[in-house]
Amino acid sequence: MSDSAIQFKNVSRHFGDVKAVDDVSLEIKNGEFFSMLGPSGSGKTTCLRMIAGFDRPTTGQIFLYGQDVSHLPPYERSVNTVFQDYALFPHMTIEDNVGYGLMIKGVSKADRTKQVDEMLELVQLPGFGGRKPSQLSGGQRQRVALARALINHPKVLLLDEPLGALDLKLRQQMQVELKSIQQRVGITFIFVTHDQEEALTMSDRIAVFSQGKIEQVGTPAEVYEHPSSTFVAGFVGTSNLVSGEVAKRITGSEARFSIRPEKIHLGAADQTPEADMFFVNGKVRDVIYLGLYTRYLVELEGGGDLVVVEQNLKTTSMDVMKVKNQNVRLLWKKEHARTVGG
Amino acid sequence: MQNRLSTYFYLRPKVVLALMLLPPLLWFLVIYIGSLLTMLINSFFYLDGFTGKVVREFTLRTYLKLLDPSNLQIFSRTTLMAVCVTLACVVIAFPLSYYMARFASARMKTILYMAVTVPLWSSYVVRVYSWKLILAQEGIISWFAKLIHLDGLLNWYLSLPGVGGTSLSLSTTGVFIVFVYIWLPYMIIPIQTALERVPKSLIEAAGDLGATPAQTFRTVLLPLAFPGVVAGSIFTFSLTLGDFIVPQLFGDSSFYIGKAVLTYMGTSGNIPLAAAFTMGPIVIMVVYLLIARKLGAFDAL
Repeated sequence: MSDSAIQFKNVSRHFGDVKAVDDVSLEIKNGEFFSMLGPSGSGKTTCLRMIAGFDRPTTGQIFLYGQDVSHLPPYERSVNTVFQDYALFPHMTIEDNVGYGLMIKGVSKADRTKQVDEMLELVQLPGFGGRKPSQLSGGQRQRVALARALINHPKVLLLDEPLGALDLKLRQQMQVELKSIQQRVGITFIFVTHDQEEALTMSDRIAVFSQGKIEQVGTPAEVYEHPSSTFVAGFVGTSNLVSGEVAKRITGSEARFSIRPEKIHLGAADQTPEADMFFVNGKVRDVIYLGLYTRYLVELEGGGDLVVVEQNLKTTSMDVMKVKNQNVRLLWKKEHARTVGG
Repeated sequence: MQNRLSTYFYLRPKVVLALMLLPPLLWFLVIYIGSLLTMLINSFFYLDGFTGKVVREFTLRTYLKLLDPSNLQIFSRTTLMAVCVTLACVVIAFPLSYYMARFASARMKTILYMAVTVPLWSSYVVRVYSWKLILAQEGIISWFAKLIHLDGLLNWYLSLPGVGGTSLSLSTTGVFIVFVYIWLPYMIIPIQTALERVPKSLIEAAGDLGATPAQTFRTVLLPLAFPGVVAGSIFTFSLTLGDFIVPQLFGDSSFYIGKAVLTYMGTSGNIPLAAAFTMGPIVIMVVYLLIARKLGAFDAL
């Protein structure tokens, strides 16, 4: 078996004049938790649909474990999908939903029941087999969709924004659970999402999509700390982008750089910077108290502004509000500022 | 003043509900249920054969008359016709509805919708008569059959017992064709609506889980479209059961339920027997719906 689970070779998908996917080449390794991250319309879902077989590339090839599957129908590929709307069959019980793939393969009823029970156990829904999808909550349906896909032992599992419809608490819980299930079953997971936090939490590697192209592929840490482009810096986490005159006053060069809000220290206006630090003076325009942390908008001397985030380790909301309209000095380590291209 | 009235109603939603429901309830109770009850009561009276007058006393003898072989034949003939018409409508409507629901562009869908429903705007009788021109002995079909030298085949078909006759228009086949034409829209619309409500992702999910298109159709699409098929068949089935115009203009002189009711009502003034006859389709429909429920047609509703 080849080491790469999925390989895209110069894949494009055009819808009329729209290039939904534009010359994408990509390799996803066996056993990886791989996320495709990007805003809506960036081509990530089209890529997923082409792996599943619902869509076919206009040009280029897609390989599944070395086999060219570019033009195979979905039912001849050993990949399974967890759909955004779960796509559970409303007229079937949970047991029949989960056992659907096996039923199609002609597995005997007794054998099927056994495997379905095991799967429902894995997704922590034992005893739910007799219910109908309409009797389950969103989170439970999501698990059923997962069980229905995993029971077929696909080589690759595709997940199309499966957590999008869940509330925050449940989403965070499912993130942890998905990751642990993936590690237990050892299948390659390809996860499509527009939520950068989700991608950072779960993935081994992330591909950041924009306008049908891949901007950057890398581990969460790489993508977060070394964004290769303005787009990635802006989309993954929040970033301050500084360029031109303002940049020159701070670093001595006009080159555009990005600095994460949490890397900036909000100091007194006369604080002495260390030798390895950049600094700039400004005035706090706005203070937004967010419980866990506080976000400050600082207007720089001579134009421009920076967002600063500080954890409320010792401060209360009363303390942080006092900073408003104060003159401050912003300081950060030189190594935290990243020069970024276009 | 107006304001006070609004407030009065706003605070008493039950009064509003009662006012709103009064007209439809009155209509329903008096006209619908009332006429049904009148019919039911009449069916338990009988016609005195000697005086030709309706005797208003409770009896089951009118119902017993329904069990005459000739009357039973009318029931079975009509039911068989209704079944055949319904099946033919399903077979013709399904592919078209599927195309409309899944593939047609918005523009094409509008065009097809119009094509299906516009005929319903014109008079039913006129449309039925126009089929006379098509099916008659010197009509369009026999003319065309002659043109392509298939008149031999047509004549052979018309010589078959049961479906044949002196011409298409005077054969049972003619009755069948016109019924299918007349009731087809009532089948297309509900099936199309049902199919449209099946999310595309369900079809994709079935394929994703290994089902070929044929398997997807059988295990996902058909079960989910089934309520639509049943809804459509309720129309085609019951409308065929009760219709009296088509069997009068087409076919041999065989009686169908609607035609029998009309004859007993009008010609012989036997209102009790006509009423009893009418109970027939109602019973058949109840049985039909029970079967449909057993098959799970209403589970998805």
